[in-house]
Amino acid sequence: MVQEYAHLYDMLSKVQGFIYPNELPLHWGILIVLYPYITGLVAGAFILASLERVFKVHVLKPTYELALLSAMAFLMVATLPLISHLGKPGRAYEIMITPHSTSAMAIFGFVYLWYLMVVLLLEIWFDYRRDFVLWSRETKGIKRWIYKILTLGVTDLSPKTLEWDKKLGYFVTVVGIPSAFLLHGYVGFIFGSIKANPWWSTVLMPVIFLFSAMVSGIALVMLIYMAVSYIRKNPPDIKALDAIARYLFFVLILDFTLEALDQIHRIYEAEESFEIISLLVSGKLYITLFIMQVFLGTFIPLITLGVLQLYKPKEKIRKYIYLVISLLVLVGIFFMRWNVVIGGQLFSKSFYGFTSFKLQLIGPEGSLMAAAWIILPFLILAFLLWLLPPWKKHAEEF
Amino acid sequence: MKSRREFLKAAAIAGGSVLVSSMFRPFNAVVFAANEPANPTDIWYGIGIDIAKCIGCGRCANACKSENNVPREPFFFRTWVEQYTIKNDQSVKVESPNGGIDGFTQSVAPEDIFKTFFVPKMCNHCYKSPCVQVCPVGATYDSPEGVVLVDQTHCIGCRYCVQACPYGCRYILPDKGVVDKCTLCYHRITKGLNPACVEVCPTGARMYGNLHDPADPLMKFIKDHNVRVLKPHLNTGSKLYYNELNEEVR
Amino acid sequence: MPPQIKRLLPLFAAFIGLFLLVRHFLVPESFGEYGFYRGNSLGENAAKLPHYAGKAACAECHDDMAAFLASDVHSGLSCEVCHGPGIDHANYADSIGIDKPKGREFCGLCHSLNPARKKGVVVTVDLSDHNVEYDCIGCHNPHKPTELKEP
Repeated sequence: MVQEYAHLYDMLSKVQGFIYPNELPLHWGILIVLYPYITGLVAGAFILASLERVFKVHVLKPTYELALLSAMAFLMVATLPLISHLGKPGRAYEIMITPHSTSAMAIFGFVYLWYLMVVLLLEIWFDYRRDFVLWSRETKGIKRWIYKILTLGVTDLSPKTLEWDKKLGYFVTVVGIPSAFLLHGYVGFIFGSIKANPWWSTVLMPVIFLFSAMVSGIALVMLIYMAVSYIRKNPPDIKALDAIARYLFFVLILDFTLEALDQIHRIYEAEESFEIISLLVSGKLYITLFIMQVFLGTFIPLITLGVLQLYKPKEKIRKYIYLVISLLVLVGIFFMRWNVVIGGQLFSKSFYGFTSFKLQLIGPEGSLMAAAWIILPFLILAFLLWLLPPWKKHAEEF
Repeated sequence: MKSRREFLKAAAIAGGSVLVSSMFRPFNAVVFAANEPANPTDIWYGIGIDIAKCIGCGRCANACKSENNVPREPFFFRTWVEQYTIKNDQSVKVESPNGGIDGFTQSVAPEDIFKTFFVPKMCNHCYKSPCVQVCPVGATYDSPEGVVLVDQTHCIGCRYCVQACPYGCRYILPDKGVVDKCTLCYHRITKGLNPACVEVCPTGARMYGNLHDPADPLMKFIKDHNVRVLKPHLNTGSKLYYNELNEEVR
Repeated sequence: MPPQIKRLLPLFAAFIGLFLLVRHFLVPESFGEYGFYRGNSLGENAAKLPHYAGKAACAECHDDMAAFLASDVHSGLSCEVCHGPGIDHANYADSIGIDKPKGREFCGLCHSLNPARKKGVVVTVDLSDHNVEYDCIGCHNPHKPTELKEP
């Protein structure tokens, strides 16, 4: 308790100008930066997968299951930073029991459950069911039992039933696209609907969140595809990578346009909060916004990918470029979330001053914990790739 | 076939009449019915603060902490006092050292001061409260008498309400992890006592009363003075009416 | 109906059914009674114990002091603004006492010089200048401050 106050007294000495006395500590920290980041990766990876399935972009076929399983791995971790940040995590279930219909946050439990069970799990199941059945016949021991359970007892492999797998999987993917929009869009709405906070309160917020989610998800799949190919010593399909890069380029343009529009509008209208927000952006957010998010995370990838549309260097060089670009984009989108969440709490709602934020190293809201939440999905993905290897799927017979 | 037509006809009449009758009741935003008791004889609490009378003694903020067991550290306030100093160069300085509990010292030289005054702040007990709107589990609510309260056994500590309050009234209790805020001393006013801040104010700058009672002293205060609420453009339905609220006050 | 649907439909129905059943037991009692909240919370909030007794309670026993106070400029003050929360003293006057503030700084909370304190609302003095050797109550009776005495 005493250490907690030592931290707060220190922050009190760092207040610039005037803040309401209760505004000293930031209530939403790194964990709340992580949550939209992770659900954004989920939504984005899923949209990329649906490009292949619904919009018949077949060049992306090598990444289809990878994108789905990545979405699954990250979705399983998504709730954890959220629940661990609550003041009373043991009461988290209340959001499912007494959800307040006027609160965007109350959607969370149901949208999450819906997306997990009806969209992701079902789509993966329809895609892998045939393999579950065949693998359960081919393997032994505990793996055999796992596959048997995963078939849910539907072991019929007749052409008609397999056709149903395809049709139902297609239907689920079609439903999944607006579901993915809802899964991440509502997070944007949570921020965008807070009229008390002018940095958050904009109509564009859910849309910006969505497009930056798609950008991060596409970059993630690109990165994972290259990493997995490297680990398996199986070179990635350059045509697939080129296609992913092209989609990344176009979505990045849209994302940048939306964010730029938001800022231009804000600068032009220059309403009440303009002065304090200008100070925020040019001061406390200078590095995280201009350098990390805009320059490294948007400009460099945009220009590079743009050039690559006109002139394509050798395959080997392209792969390294894609690797660097996907990492830059992922870092840039992380800082976009940072700038929204942390930035919105750094200035006082009185518009008269600033508080400060220092990311701790240890503790439930520390950077080590945040790193753990980011690494965990990769471990889960590794497990999923062991259990459901896309490259061991049985070839189609018809 | 005939009976089906009859049924459809009846359904159309029923549906149409529901639609028409809904037009006679004013449309309240879907997301929140303005929380005013439907019965005009039911009590509906409001608050009045007269800035002309506030002397910045900080007794209100002090009494509130004693009355409501609020931690004494300078990070948790149900109510606090701000001092505004507008200098001759038109710059505005606002300060609230320990919420005003230890009093104020004026650091600006008198010859540089254009205008200076104190502003007590507290929960506005909004009747279109954004904090009630955003609570995901129904842990904060508008009581039937118009007092915004917290159910601390139900609160999950998500802090969405803290973000949504435009006036900075809410804070998290350090050891409990749940939200706390001014309750208009609900435990006192339901027993006919004044809220602690109103009780101790030496100049009578703070008052509370029944907005549904035309004879209530609060209603006289509102009638006789030019009263304003904080951040009216946010349409929070604030029931905290200030007299002599200057343009610089946020 | 394809075998997948035949298997999935009852599974989902069972899941939803189980959820609704669990929810039924987990919704707190009195929830929704007056609005979207636990109705009992109103009573719980109202049942908290006060610490300040209120001027009327003080006047019940100290009626002579109340009359004395009413005769001078501190008449509008509540007793507890200086003496602090008094409910324990009001209820158990024989065993529990009440505070008496000491020192110049306490009076200075209201009366120290500050341009934001308007004439006509409160009298102010420069504490660093005004009779610094004495406590305020050396000359001013706190219950009748305009009647001065020798310190």
